[in-house]
Amino acid sequence: MNWEQLLRPVDEYHAIEHGLTPEEFERLCRALGRAPNLVELGVVSVMWSEHCSYKSSRVHLRKLPSTGPRVLQGPGENAGVIDIGDGLAVAFKIESHNHPSYVEPYQGAATGVGGILRDVFTMGARPIAILDSLRFGSFDHPRTRYLVEGVVAGIGGYGNCVGVPTVGGDTYFDAGYNANILVNAFTIGVLPANRIFRARAAGVGNPVMYVGSKTGRDGIHGASLLASAEFRGEAEEKRPTVQVGDPFTEKLLLEACLELMEQDAIVAIQDMGAAGLTSSSVEMAARGQLGIWLDLDRVPTRAQGMTPYEILLSESQERMLLVARAGCEDQVRDVFAKWDLEAVVVGRVTDDGLFRASYGGREVARLPIALLTDEAPVYDRPARAPSDLDARQRLRLEEIPQPHDWNAVLLQLLDSPNLASKSWIYRQYDSLVRGNTVVGPGSDAAVLRIKGTDKGLVLSVDCNSRYCLQDPYVGAVIAVAEAARNVVCAGGEPIGVTDCLNFGSPEKPEVMWQFVEAIHGIRDACIALRLPVVSGNVSFYNETEGHSIPPTPTIAMVGLLEPVRAFTTQWFKNEGDVIALLGQTREELGASEYLAVIHGQVAGVPPWIDLAVERKVQEVCLRAIREGLLASAHDVSEGGLAVALAECCITHPEAALGAVVELPASMRTDALLFGESQSRIVVSLKRRNWARLRDLAQQLGVPCTMLGEVRGRRLVIHPWIDVECSALREVWASALPRRMELAAVHDEARQG
Amino acid sequence: MRWGVVVFPGSNDDQDTLWAIEQVLCEPAVRLWHKDTDLQGVDVVVLPGGFSYGDYLRCGAMARFSPIMEKVIEFANRGGLVWGICNGFQVLCEAGLLPGALVRNRDRRFVCAMSYVRVEETDTPFTHLCRRGEVLRIPIKHGEGCYVADAATLERLERNRQVLLRYVDSNGRATREANPNGSLGNIAGVVNEGRNVFGLMPHPEHAVEKWMGSDDGLKLFQSVIAAQRGAGAADLTAVAPGH
Repeated sequence: MNWEQLLRPVDEYHAIEHGLTPEEFERLCRALGRAPNLVELGVVSVMWSEHCSYKSSRVHLRKLPSTGPRVLQGPGENAGVIDIGDGLAVAFKIESHNHPSYVEPYQGAATGVGGILRDVFTMGARPIAILDSLRFGSFDHPRTRYLVEGVVAGIGGYGNCVGVPTVGGDTYFDAGYNANILVNAFTIGVLPANRIFRARAAGVGNPVMYVGSKTGRDGIHGASLLASAEFRGEAEEKRPTVQVGDPFTEKLLLEACLELMEQDAIVAIQDMGAAGLTSSSVEMAARGQLGIWLDLDRVPTRAQGMTPYEILLSESQERMLLVARAGCEDQVRDVFAKWDLEAVVVGRVTDDGLFRASYGGREVARLPIALLTDEAPVYDRPARAPSDLDARQRLRLEEIPQPHDWNAVLLQLLDSPNLASKSWIYRQYDSLVRGNTVVGPGSDAAVLRIKGTDKGLVLSVDCNSRYCLQDPYVGAVIAVAEAARNVVCAGGEPIGVTDCLNFGSPEKPEVMWQFVEAIHGIRDACIALRLPVVSGNVSFYNETEGHSIPPTPTIAMVGLLEPVRAFTTQWFKNEGDVIALLGQTREELGASEYLAVIHGQVAGVPPWIDLAVERKVQEVCLRAIREGLLASAHDVSEGGLAVALAECCITHPEAALGAVVELPASMRTDALLFGESQSRIVVSLKRRNWARLRDLAQQLGVPCTMLGEVRGRRLVIHPWIDVECSALREVWASALPRRMELAAVHDEARQG
Repeated sequence: MRWGVVVFPGSNDDQDTLWAIEQVLCEPAVRLWHKDTDLQGVDVVVLPGGFSYGDYLRCGAMARFSPIMEKVIEFANRGGLVWGICNGFQVLCEAGLLPGALVRNRDRRFVCAMSYVRVEETDTPFTHLCRRGEVLRIPIKHGEGCYVADAATLERLERNRQVLLRYVDSNGRATREANPNGSLGNIAGVVNEGRNVFGLMPHPEHAVEKWMGSDDGLKLFQSVIAAQRGAGAADLTAVAPGH
């Protein structure tokens, strides 16, 4: 079609095709005093999409605490920034790439990693680690293996090539994600505290420069159509809306940007992510309360004859937009040329408060910046608890028969994909590059050193969506508490949070209720644990055929560890060490992995949690680690105490060590062994340190019980469990490969 | 002595190699940019790990044509020490400085893990501080590390004792299970006939400090340093790894 046809005024039909409601279209026409043309409609539709505008979540996100003495940059920029002392800061963020990863798992996951890396180096930070939080469907579902294989290969393919280590994450399998998987990627980078780059345009007349890959026809409308609407089972036909990643160009872009940031040439910089050139230019202008003019003829394109509509909405990857200091254009070009990249002036900063774009000598879009950002629709959508909530939360323990063979139960739980070793996944990620990985994947939290300092960063990501399904408020509280507990178990002091809120359609009151409850849970937990939420992402419309995913407010926690050599891992280290439990076990089985795996039930409420107790347990553990008392510390989570003890025995990278412990029979055996009471940590220590640990715990009023000692090659939990560690390890280590290799056999059968 | 570490676009482990040389071993090193044509008088050239030029064509296939490689090839042909790690090994094979090729791993997946490699030969500048049959723990991380060569080449490699490292289990046995990528003969590292060009898939620069899980990689770096200093191998065994 002739591109000039794009300049005709559009009607409501076009608007609805673009995902606007009739009311939104009317509002747009009223604000403009005319009907927009098709290019303008495209721009408005992406800027007003749920993905870019946060229109359904904005009123609730404000409730999250985002300030604190360490916060240098809270929400609203490409990433949050926290001060870690001695002139250094860290920038971090987590983001979802769910729908693209379901449609095209390799590229969807790969570009998810690419996007979050850009968000972090845009701030002037060198990315030093990636974490991934993944949710797949059940292995009974025919697409699951294909998705696991593709997503893992995509994350590895991108991260490995860019040269940023993937050091951790979490992965769960649940039928609730059968047709809507979650791929949440987190990146953290280090930067000088006094040299943060922001995406705030300034200086009327300053040149707007386009750097990186050329613009192609890929990913058009990814934000509005793929990320902001539910699926109707058309995965195949939506493939063209998924972008294609080029990690090599990303690596060059990263190096070039960081090199340029050493010079005084950049006023503002932003990644061209969702909604590409449109959102990056509009958002930079909005933050600076200025206008922006783009000459689309100058945008480097990959294909001939691209229309202004396509140029503005393309989501081609590995592109950045920056506002340079006037006169520094050649300096910018030189640095990018060194890395064989293009840098082109495509527009300039204006003072008219307008987003204007020209093409072929004509103005093709003229829209007020405020209309696209601050004045975008905001909805306080109705929220209502699901009517069957009470029924779902009911659990009559007396109706749950207790098994007889506890060894078999433990083995069966370790074979559950949710508890089993994730080594099949993380072996495909380079976790070592950059040479900072002190503790890689496979312990409660990852630990990275910061070169040239005595500091370490401790990273963990967490969310139990079964808890959130049964009670989104408590589930979200536990997600924050457990992520912090994981960081503490490695010796880190939690200092900041980024969240990725994955939910179904906000237009359903039940989903909105889950969302609001989860926000309140995160808020309360963060206030109690004194943690700021400095960045985040909301992903709505995770639905297929009308079914919402279990609510999944993923929490990524960043901790600081100084000196870094004080780090701790989860596995037992020395024969003869005392094993102790911090915290208290209650008779709780609601929403547990035991109930789901052994009894096939998702019922009851999540474990009880008291944030004041949580804080104290974490404090005892952290102080004990700082005093050098502990040889290991491991959070008790899914699978309860028995599974935690088994993990302490078998997760040692070289040699499994056994344990002999005794638990007082104070409640139902299954609750004692497999209940998931919160605020518990299993520690091991030299016998001579026991008295000091007990005193520390007593001072803070934390229960501290000696359970037994590290001994032999069997896990013995008197009087119920007695298994060879090698048998436990074999089941735990082979659970995922066994399920995945089935796929390989099928693949070969298909090909052969 | 002076080390040179080549930086291709897409090199990732260049700074890790420099860290090992400069910060751990306290030896001088320079970066050699791929567009340069001057080796700056270095005594040994390292081609580091990574994904040079994205490795979209064939690993190392593009890097082999970069301006600096012309000089590296000349340097190697004059007997200079050239050491390729992972992607660097792939580049050396593509450049014809080492025989054979590295193809997709047996299971078609990238693998990052600790590996055990057995030192097969010690009469080279890269391994002379090791004991013959010694097992080193050095991590691997690659998608295309499966070493292949035709039968005649393999036979020649074995006859000339050019296989320096083999994947083994923790007891030193070269089993199929201990082979992480399907390399023929469990080969993890080979040297050229002149014994001055060495390529290996494991990353010794990621095994130079105890907290990394192993510092066995130091032995290879220290071998090169000692060899360059021209001292006899017998005295050099006194230079213990670590600090």
